[in-house]
Amino acid sequence: MSQQVLSVTQINEYIRGMMDEDALLAGVAVKGEISNYKVYPSGHHYFTIKDEGAALKCVMFRSSAVRLKFRPENGMKIIAMGKISVYPRDGAYQLYCTAMTLDGVGDLYAAFEQLKEKLSRQGLFDPVHKKPLPQYPGTIGIITSSAGAAIHDMLRILRKRYPLTQVRLLPVRVQGAEAPGEIAAAIAYANHFHLADLLIVGRGGGSIEDLWAFNDEQVARAIFDSEIPVISAVGHEPDVTISDFVADLRAATPSNAAELAVPDQDGLRQLLDSVSESMVTALQRQLKASRRQLDILRASPALQSPIVYIGQRKKALELLSSRLGSSGQQVINRHRQRFIAYTAKLEAMSPLKVLTRGYAMAQTSTGEVIRSTSQTQIGDTVNVIVGDGSFETVVSKIKENVQ
Amino acid sequence: MNQNNKTFEENMQRLEQIVRAMERGDVALDESLKLFQEGTQLVRSCEKLLDEAQLQVNKIATAADGSPVEEAFSDER
Repeated sequence: MSQQVLSVTQINEYIRGMMDEDALLAGVAVKGEISNYKVYPSGHHYFTIKDEGAALKCVMFRSSAVRLKFRPENGMKIIAMGKISVYPRDGAYQLYCTAMTLDGVGDLYAAFEQLKEKLSRQGLFDPVHKKPLPQYPGTIGIITSSAGAAIHDMLRILRKRYPLTQVRLLPVRVQGAEAPGEIAAAIAYANHFHLADLLIVGRGGGSIEDLWAFNDEQVARAIFDSEIPVISAVGHEPDVTISDFVADLRAATPSNAAELAVPDQDGLRQLLDSVSESMVTALQRQLKASRRQLDILRASPALQSPIVYIGQRKKALELLSSRLGSSGQQVINRHRQRFIAYTAKLEAMSPLKVLTRGYAMAQTSTGEVIRSTSQTQIGDTVNVIVGDGSFETVVSKIKENVQ
Repeated sequence: MNQNNKTFEENMQRLEQIVRAMERGDVALDESLKLFQEGTQLVRSCEKLLDEAQLQVNKIATAADGSPVEEAFSDER
């Protein structure tokens, strides 16, 4: 026997490999009715979809299930998207479902997805193209039906929040075959004549068919080409249209668009109050600082009581001058003592002092001290000075010492 | 041109400058007093503009030459 024997695991893996290589099975959309729907604590959803003659097991993992836009229930007709593969443990194939939509809108949904994909590729949704909205729009252009509830909702909110703005309504049909052309033309017209600082384009809620004009490529391109910032305001919260992706801002509803378009006057009045408060606080702080400076100056003695201050200064001056006086006396005394000492020294060295010890000094008549016999001749009068006076004498004999 | 709105916007911008200058605290006291007076007047003027504002609503129609014409639009129901 050359027949190859395989384990169950091997055969299941083989089949799984075959199915995973199949291009059709890798991305299918299957329509049918939900039955046996179960949500496990893990967050994964398990269910079966069936038609008259067949059933298909499905699993939707938590990561995909959290993105569901509605709550699936048994009996619902749906289209489930995902890939078909084998669950080897059970030897069963199943649909690994990644998205689910309600059936009946299947064709529109496909068209929507295609256009969304195309415009996204062309960069129409790119955040770099989103224009900032004016903070205080002077004129708001509203492109919607003049008959619907949407315009009234918007005007009511604008009137309440920010009546300083003015509204220009550009009435258009918002559903039916003519709607996309009218909406696109109104956007272009508002731009051409600079009719507004901000545009709101939208309508109230309705069926997906009713909202279809806002999934039109012509409208999407008109919004993209608008120099004036555009808020899209289509239907109710969960409705998302192509216009929402292209617009500079998406509002959940027309009322919400009016709220996003303008500041709220209650908030503005609060802001004005806090501005006033800030100014008062800043001014008070500055006044306080100035007053503190003034207090410091005022506390200075010169300003507080000039007479006392002058008295104080006078006393200080007297103290200083008396200190100066006494120190001056000390200096004089010191000098006097030094003078007495010097005088004593001088006296000790005086030639007159020598004379008191018995020496005498002779002077010529002209007052020269006689040191040599040659300075005198016989008959000259010589003045002799001794310790207590002097006398004159006449030279009668000269003797020179023999050396 | 919506003059009241423009005035409001300009007042708000000027108020922002005034508060910033006063909070920086590097202007002289007499200058601060002047700013305070100016700011207080601007606040009052802004409040008055809000108090007296009446939302104007017009419908745009197209004239024969294609230019826009404003028509009164009443949304009172």
